[in-house]
Amino acid sequence: MGFLTKFFRGHAAVQQLPAGSLTVNRDGKVVTSTIPSGYPQGLLRDIVRDVLLLFRQARDAQMPLAEFSIHFASLRITAREMRGGAVIFLSPHAVPAAPSQPDRL
Amino acid sequence: MEPRHKILILDDETAWLEVNRETLLQLPSKPEVRTVNSGARAVALMDAEPFRLLVCDLKMPKMDGLQVLAIVRRRFPELRTVVLTALEDEEFRSRAYALGVDLFWLKTDIQQNPQMFQDCIESLLGRDMETGFRGIQSKSLMDIIQMECLSRASTVLRITRGPLVARLWIQDGELIDAEAEGARGEAAFQRILAWKSGTFENMPAEPARERTIFKPVNALLLESAQSMDEAANPTDPQSAEEAVHRKTIWKLAVVAREGAEFVVVTSANRQNEVDSWGTQAGAQLAAWTRRVTEVAKRLSDRLEAGPLLYALGNSVERQVLLLPRDEKSYLVAWPPDAPVDELFEKAKKLVASWDS
Repeated sequence: MGFLTKFFRGHAAVQQLPAGSLTVNRDGKVVTSTIPSGYPQGLLRDIVRDVLLLFRQARDAQMPLAEFSIHFASLRITAREMRGGAVIFLSPHAVPAAPSQPDRL
Repeated sequence: MEPRHKILILDDETAWLEVNRETLLQLPSKPEVRTVNSGARAVALMDAEPFRLLVCDLKMPKMDGLQVLAIVRRRFPELRTVVLTALEDEEFRSRAYALGVDLFWLKTDIQQNPQMFQDCIESLLGRDMETGFRGIQSKSLMDIIQMECLSRASTVLRITRGPLVARLWIQDGELIDAEAEGARGEAAFQRILAWKSGTFENMPAEPARERTIFKPVNALLLESAQSMDEAANPTDPQSAEEAVHRKTIWKLAVVAREGAEFVVVTSANRQNEVDSWGTQAGAQLAAWTRRVTEVAKRLSDRLEAGPLLYALGNSVERQVLLLPRDEKSYLVAWPPDAPVDELFEKAKKLVASWDS
């Protein structure tokens, strides 16, 4: 029993939030990146695709944006438009510290 | 020496043509006045030479005035247009304004007040042709007042609702006086706000008008919304029209109070339902709002980043903040110079009072 468990126990994994920045051209190709290379490339491609899509659709809605940011509970994605491409900043939020107990007299 | 403005008068009655010609030749700017007695000839003449202003009758044989105005709006969009008619009918007045005419005058009014007519025409001729948009349609009265105030205009708005006529005096973007139904000042302004429909005309400014209103327009809007709420008797079944009107005033007051430019509300359940205030591009902005919401949801799931709190965008013209609440998403626009740190809290406040 112990022998089998040792080999087949699943690995619990917590996905890290991406941190860093990347520059993409108008075709969605990553030109420069400071995101750790171990971060899943598929997820980065999703982010890039969605960011460029939102800039394009904002233009279609007669509201060309120079910059926009999406604020999630634990991550902020900030994107600056750059001639059809974009610079994207990914900033995980620090978990807010629990409020300290008031001092008791 | 500046070139003289050219005015074209179109009327099928020769006697009227002559009377109007004489009246307009007396204008201080000494315009050149041409006359024509059919719509087809008027269009041909405008094709041949540029005019600054067209004074047009409505009831004419073959091609009536509305047809001429429709052609003019399409082919000569920079031409100022004035309707001069004997038809005392609100429907024609509305249709003419919907075609973008600058002024609508009854022939009987000219006979009673020729000086006012001359002042209006002179004012129209003097306005800069190169800037500004015309042809406002389907705007609420509050939209129009706010536009005049935001653009720091000086004008007198003459508002007509059937037999009722009201005036609002705006000086350097501030509402200084109002007159309606025998009332003056704030009381008159509140009465005008209760009007649900009508037409408006821009008259020359009267800088010497005595000031009776000292509160800002936004404050008066809020007071109006509150008084309407108080006046409403919940035990009486209100007509749907009254309820919609009260809701309109209330929402415009909320937008004005918070200093926002527009609000677009989309519902997750009802894809085709868009509630937009202060913008004509409601459908496109709603589509963008839905797209941002979808993208945020997808990214949230994929990245495990937690729920969307808000999204913020900025352009040269404005800043927009998207705030999801329950089953709805609110896109609120702010001026570009609004402090970005305050937008989230201000948007939350606006949304909290939106459906109250």
